Amino acid sequence: MSATIATSQQLARAAARQPGLVETNARRWFWLAVIALVLLATILASLMVGSRDLGIGTVLEALFAYDDSDEHVIVVALRLPRTILGLGVGLALGTAGALIQALTRNPLADPGLLGVNAGAYFAVVVGVGAFGLSGIGGYIWFAFAGAVVTTVLVYVVGSAGRAAATPVRLTLAGVAIGAVLSGISAGITLLDPGTFDRLRHWAAGSLVGQNHETILVTFPFIAAGLLLAFVVARPLNAVALGDDLARSVGVSVARTRLVVIVATTLLAGAATAAAGPIGFVGLMVPHLARWIAGTDQRWIFAYTAVLAPILLLAADIVGRLVLRPGELQVGIVTAFIGAPVLIALARRRRVSGL
Amino acid sequence: MSMLPATINFGHRAQALRPFGGRLSRLIGIRRMVVCAGLLVLALGFGLLTLASGDFPVPLGDVLRVLVGQAEPSVQMVVVEWRLPRVALALLLGAALGLSGAIFQSITRNPLGSPDIIGFEAGAYTGALLVMVAMGGGYLMVAGGALVGGLITAALVYGLAWRRGVQGFRLIIVGIGVSAMLTALNKFMLLRAQLEVAMSAAMWDAGSLNGLGLDRLLIAALLLLVLIPASLLLARPMAQLEMGDDAASALGISAERTRVLLMVLGVALIATVTATAGPIGFVALVAPQLARRLTRAAGVALLPSAAMGALLLVAADYLAQRAFAPTQLPVGVVTISLGGMYFAWLLVAEARRQ
Repeated sequence: MSATIATSQQLARAAARQPGLVETNARRWFWLAVIALVLLATILASLMVGSRDLGIGTVLEALFAYDDSDEHVIVVALRLPRTILGLGVGLALGTAGALIQALTRNPLADPGLLGVNAGAYFAVVVGVGAFGLSGIGGYIWFAFAGAVVTTVLVYVVGSAGRAAATPVRLTLAGVAIGAVLSGISAGITLLDPGTFDRLRHWAAGSLVGQNHETILVTFPFIAAGLLLAFVVARPLNAVALGDDLARSVGVSVARTRLVVIVATTLLAGAATAAAGPIGFVGLMVPHLARWIAGTDQRWIFAYTAVLAPILLLAADIVGRLVLRPGELQVGIVTAFIGAPVLIALARRRRVSGL
Repeated sequence: MSMLPATINFGHRAQALRPFGGRLSRLIGIRRMVVCAGLLVLALGFGLLTLASGDFPVPLGDVLRVLVGQAEPSVQMVVVEWRLPRVALALLLGAALGLSGAIFQSITRNPLGSPDIIGFEAGAYTGALLVMVAMGGGYLMVAGGALVGGLITAALVYGLAWRRGVQGFRLIIVGIGVSAMLTALNKFMLLRAQLEVAMSAAMWDAGSLNGLGLDRLLIAALLLLVLIPASLLLARPMAQLEMGDDAASALGISAERTRVLLMVLGVALIATVTATAGPIGFVALVAPQLARRLTRAAGVALLPSAAMGALLLVAADYLAQRAFAPTQLPVGVVTISLGGMYFAWLLVAEARRQ
């Protein structure tokens, strides 16, 4: 064997060699476990905090020794579904962001910024307004269709012309198309009070008011999207080296792209169908993961999977605290935390490429 | 003394005007004048159409009779008290939006640098909301709050985008980030506010001319009758500034002072619009660009942009009122939907040219 021909494993390792804060695999496992413990603590906090604060003992009793007291009903019937939903939605949005960033080599990519969430929302508004759909089982397909069409549309507009699709141009295309779709959605909901009422609490991105059916319908799709993401992590490492090199080590670039787009659609569509359009989670978390763990996609996905739910649940908890006894929708909180990250990224010297 | 030759090729047909025995001398582009006049006639035509149509239709002849003061009192009331303020506001605010857009697009030398894209509108809205929620002031105080909010946001966006000079795309991305944060803050304030304040604030959340009466018209008209001529006086220095600071200085323009003056006027214009009708998106972006294409000019020009802005807003308001009658849409929904599509097209066109 010639020494100049690298195997795909060697190339993947070369791609993974760019270190983050943590340099060896043993330490990466260690910190992953630490962050998982933080996630556990966040979940407990999400069960404890609210307009009526409960102690950790009460929460544990409600989970493991349920009786019909008021506190236990609050925990099991209200806060548990909400927390599980936050867990799944955070996981989906974070992974979708990591996938889009890896595919487009675009540090500014995020399902919210690229208009995918607005597209899913628009399709749901059309489904509810024009076809009278109700219940998540009916309109989740509209959310998927909207997410796919918008993804393709943004990519076509952003990469039109002879110039390559730069990150900035893709982002602007996403913002423009997202603005159009949100505008039309707003128009439809204003014209049709029935639609407005059914989608009201959902429009700002909120984990409140969803029931078990939402979780049962959306989670299989999120699971499928996650599975695809982990399958495609390794080919993505090769794609990061450039299309030609990826081909030369035997990775099918076209198939990888297709799988990534399908996975992103499943994740972003299901998350939007479950909780409304929530932005900026997919922007922030993959950057944090890359900063800690380095550039190997497998580790980025693993860290994103624990960090994103922490962020979403923490934003939800903050939303419960700042307006007591009222609540701030989680989408508003993530926008407020996430926009400074976008500004910091835009200020960096090299906006293009990862 | 050398005389000018009878014909000079300016690249376009022009007519020299020398009233007062040659003490004042102006060169007027023929095409530009024709376009401006045509736009104004169209805008007034749409205005008359809006005056005539509604739940209580008035024949066009009667509308004209009302305007010269010879009609039945009931018709007089419908046209003058109900509809005229709205039409006049649409014309004035549209002109202000077009001017503000032209000023910022000229300063940033980028069509995407208009105040609605880079977040000044969101900032003006934040300022207005703060005044309404914290002090509950009248319209003038709200307008002042909008102005201060807009100015602070302008300074913030420029400061954050500054990195050895302001580069167009960085400015826009920073603007999108700042406006996402401010939008989140605005929603937070709306949720925190007393119900009555929140209701009246939410009325103009989407940018609407619904229910604006004579009192609003008078104050807005007073403000704009100062601001619009003041901006038009700066048309020449602005065009000279586009040649670069050095060339402008050589022609006797103080570059920095002119730029600051232009920016203050531009923010004041957009703040007046926001305080009166709420954030109306995309008119400031689209009007100067359409006007530039119609006049076939090299850069954006103030007067045609103002005429185009007036036409766009009055036409959009007609659509908002009549398209789904009897339901009335906020005009902001119409401008966002149509303007966003133009924005996407602009991105494609820009990419083609490079």
